[in-house]
Amino acid sequence: MRLKTTLRAATALTACALGTATFADSHATTITIATVNNGDMIRMQGYTDQFTAETGHQVEWVTLEENVLRQRVTTDITTKGGQFDIMTIGMYEAPIWGAAGWLVPLDDLSAEYDVDDILPAMRNGLSHDGTLYAAPFYGESSMVMYRTDLMEEAGLEMPDAPTWAFIREAAAAMTDKDAEQYGICLRGKAGWGEGGAFLNTMANSFGARVFDEDWDPQLDSPEWKETLEFFVGMMEESGPPGYATNGFNENLNLFQQGKCGMWIDATVAASFVTNPNDSQVADSVGFALAPDTGLGKRANWLWAWALGIPAGTQKADAAKEFIEWATSKEYIELVAENEGWANVPPGARQSLYDTPEYQEVPFAQMTLDSILAADPNNPTVEPVPYVGIQFAAIPEWAGLWTQVSQEFSAVYAGQQSIDEALERAQEIAVEEMEAAGY
Amino acid sequence: MARAASTRSRIGWTALAWGIGFLMFFPILWTVLTSFKTEAEAIAAPPSFLFFDWTLENYGIVQERSDYMRYLWNSVIIAGGSTLLGIIVAVPAAWAMAFVPGRFTKDILMWMLSTKMLPAVGVLYPIYLICIQLGVLDNRAALIIILMLINLPIIVWMLYTYFKEIPGEILEAARMDGATLKSEILYVLTPMAIPGIASTVLLNFILAWNEAFWTLNLTSVDAAPLTAFIASYSSPEGLFFAKLSAASTMAIAPILILGWFSQKQLVRGLTFGAVK
Amino acid sequence: MATKASTSAARLMMAPAVTLLLGWMLVPLTMTLYFSFADYRPLRGVFEPWIGFDNYARFTSSGSFWDAIWATLIMVGAILAITVTLGILLALLLDKPIFGQGVVRILVIAPFFVMPTVSALVWKNMMMDPVNGVLSHVFRFFGATPFDWLTQAPLTSIILIVSWQWLPFATLILLTAIQSLDGEQLEAAEMDGAPPLKRFWFIILPHLARAITIVILIQTIFLLGIFAEIFVTTQGSFGTRTLTYLVFQRVLESQNVGLGSAGGIIAVILANIVAIFLMRAVGKNLDA
Repeated sequence: MRLKTTLRAATALTACALGTATFADSHATTITIATVNNGDMIRMQGYTDQFTAETGHQVEWVTLEENVLRQRVTTDITTKGGQFDIMTIGMYEAPIWGAAGWLVPLDDLSAEYDVDDILPAMRNGLSHDGTLYAAPFYGESSMVMYRTDLMEEAGLEMPDAPTWAFIREAAAAMTDKDAEQYGICLRGKAGWGEGGAFLNTMANSFGARVFDEDWDPQLDSPEWKETLEFFVGMMEESGPPGYATNGFNENLNLFQQGKCGMWIDATVAASFVTNPNDSQVADSVGFALAPDTGLGKRANWLWAWALGIPAGTQKADAAKEFIEWATSKEYIELVAENEGWANVPPGARQSLYDTPEYQEVPFAQMTLDSILAADPNNPTVEPVPYVGIQFAAIPEWAGLWTQVSQEFSAVYAGQQSIDEALERAQEIAVEEMEAAGY
Repeated sequence: MARAASTRSRIGWTALAWGIGFLMFFPILWTVLTSFKTEAEAIAAPPSFLFFDWTLENYGIVQERSDYMRYLWNSVIIAGGSTLLGIIVAVPAAWAMAFVPGRFTKDILMWMLSTKMLPAVGVLYPIYLICIQLGVLDNRAALIIILMLINLPIIVWMLYTYFKEIPGEILEAARMDGATLKSEILYVLTPMAIPGIASTVLLNFILAWNEAFWTLNLTSVDAAPLTAFIASYSSPEGLFFAKLSAASTMAIAPILILGWFSQKQLVRGLTFGAVK
Repeated sequence: MATKASTSAARLMMAPAVTLLLGWMLVPLTMTLYFSFADYRPLRGVFEPWIGFDNYARFTSSGSFWDAIWATLIMVGAILAITVTLGILLALLLDKPIFGQGVVRILVIAPFFVMPTVSALVWKNMMMDPVNGVLSHVFRFFGATPFDWLTQAPLTSIILIVSWQWLPFATLILLTAIQSLDGEQLEAAEMDGAPPLKRFWFIILPHLARAITIVILIQTIFLLGIFAEIFVTTQGSFGTRTLTYLVFQRVLESQNVGLGSAGGIIAVILANIVAIFLMRAVGKNLDA
């Protein structure tokens, strides 16, 4: 009997403790934003107070590393969890989620916002059937960043539109492994958004494609083999050790420390490598278009980090206000005023590239040219049934290409041969596509 | 002669033990040291060990970006709450198993442990859907319960093995003296059980503090603990070694300090019945 | 001793723990089981409740499945071997009369308090980084080329990281066991002129048997679920994809919940097979 009382008391106590915990914390006009921990987003968090002052809405940030962010927002959107009022998503997610009806269409943005100012490439990539589902916070392509001083030392001159053959030759000329000087740094890290994305764009320029018009995987084609052989050959000659685990951040670090002669990566990196606070080589960086092989396609991708509103949120209006604020011309001006034009979020709006002050920024024109050179609707030399350059906008892509890129990374790490990797990659692709009902 | 030899050997063992201790601790030490360097010094080659310009700027940057105290508080609430709740549920169960063993006691114990075998990633969707249904995503109470359930088998087992070491004769003697169940528990059992409970509490607190799957996937703002805090620093852009070190230090420092102060209690009870 | 009254009281006392755990086990397990027979791909908006054993067939027939089993076995086995062996040696060392024993013990157990994500980050960036890592500085100091741990020895690197985290746990349990050893017995053996190795083999090790099984059991439970360490370091590439990680890839990266759930069920079954053997061993020891 006594025992029962004790138990009951304990249960009641626990219930009480839990009850108080449950009813704590509830804000009325607070919007919750999930975002990636990239520099521009972190900068945006710093300006949140301005938004709150203007509109009265509070903002809660959930800042996560890219892989964790994807995992969180995808789980939440597919289960309609309703954890976030705004999600930071990319060009891959926006059209798929938009088509599924999971995002609030952004078709009633205000006139001052001037939606037509958004670069057409970005708008198309974030739309489905002509409806915009996410507003680009910044957009990027990829391009060659190189050390002008080392290029000069090597007695070479970088053309505005180099070929892969030139890149390989220049990389070899700039390499001095004893001095930890590597001619070229490229992404080798597994993951569809990391090394997988890079290699796919490179393959595009070599005339390869992932699927043919009937969605049959083409990873066993000679073009893919040529791409991998070229990549691995060049990286063995002139790349840093351990490039198989280098992604964007690792390469950025290496480049900023002056260990890379060239780096082909996201155009947004240009502002980091030319920023004297972080970069030891800030005043000797040049830019060029991503290389090609003369087949008509360059190895540059197209990507945007964009803000979308999950359908079902109670705070869609406040969320829309935030999106209009964060992706507006005024926000760009705000950042320019406080941190200089080189640090504004690039690649989203035409008006930015029309601004005289921004045209002075050394990488502005090359960034715009790179973005304009990318065509998500015709990414490859031979026709393909999908939209997207470094990815195909189908739900199976992330899982499929992550596995494939793991096979590639295993080649870079010396664990298997190129033929083995491509054979396994083809198997994985066939298996995944069959399961998806293609 | 013998004494000299033993002193010498003692010095030898001491040197060896300190060397190993230093090696084990080195990654943590290095992280803490790096957190006080500038980003440039953090990547200097060769690195300087102690003689650099100590700076707190990384802590400032991290704090500016994320409100550390909120994450810390959530960690404390969630780890503490789940531990407390776990003890409340586990003590009676372990007591019953130890002092009134039945035919199936051992099977129940083993079954409890086997519930820990379900891989968390495999049940993410079910749990997420349940939490949506109950409206308890990003809710500290829900996390407290989930972490309690995850660690309950370990708590029950630890307490069980500990209680079993309390000799039954003492209880019988107390009963002979006419002690009631209440006084039996209060005056005889509790004093003997306190050290075991203390170390169970500590171990459970550590496990709950460090749990990184559910605490990350089921929270966003209100309930996000330090595991979510560190997820925003794991691969930022640009030079990040020093900032990463600062964030890491902030995430582990509280539990490290707690662990150090309480290591005697932890060690004493951490036997899982390994000692007869 | 167990009277009727106390038996029913005991049942009552066990009820909350048992009920809660039963719920915690059954509800997700049932749902996972249900999903595992369904074609559930949320990103496609597909949910077909019954497709038979297709998911199981696909999960087990893919080449990654056996690789994953193999990787899991190697990883768990190696970590157990390392932590138990080094744990015994370290416990023996800490049992010696040394100056500053308390401080040394603190240094040794510190890694146990570090959360897995942080320890993976620290090892990856601060220790094993091929350019800026401490280990590569050490290699360079001795004139060697820095070793790129995570690509050249990925599985070994993860084993090293996880062993570092769990060695303190093993050491602590084994240390308590050693300290409980009857000193007289050892002294007698020493008098008889038994050499140290013999003393260790015939007296200390048998005494530790029980502690070792317990270390193995508890660590296995935790090690089968290793996730953060792989997620942070290699993301499952280079042959470090364990069964748990494969399930993660199916559920979250491929967004095929049905397939992943089938994998989860298979993982539970396999884990329980391992566990039954382990628990038999421990169960026997619990009686003794």
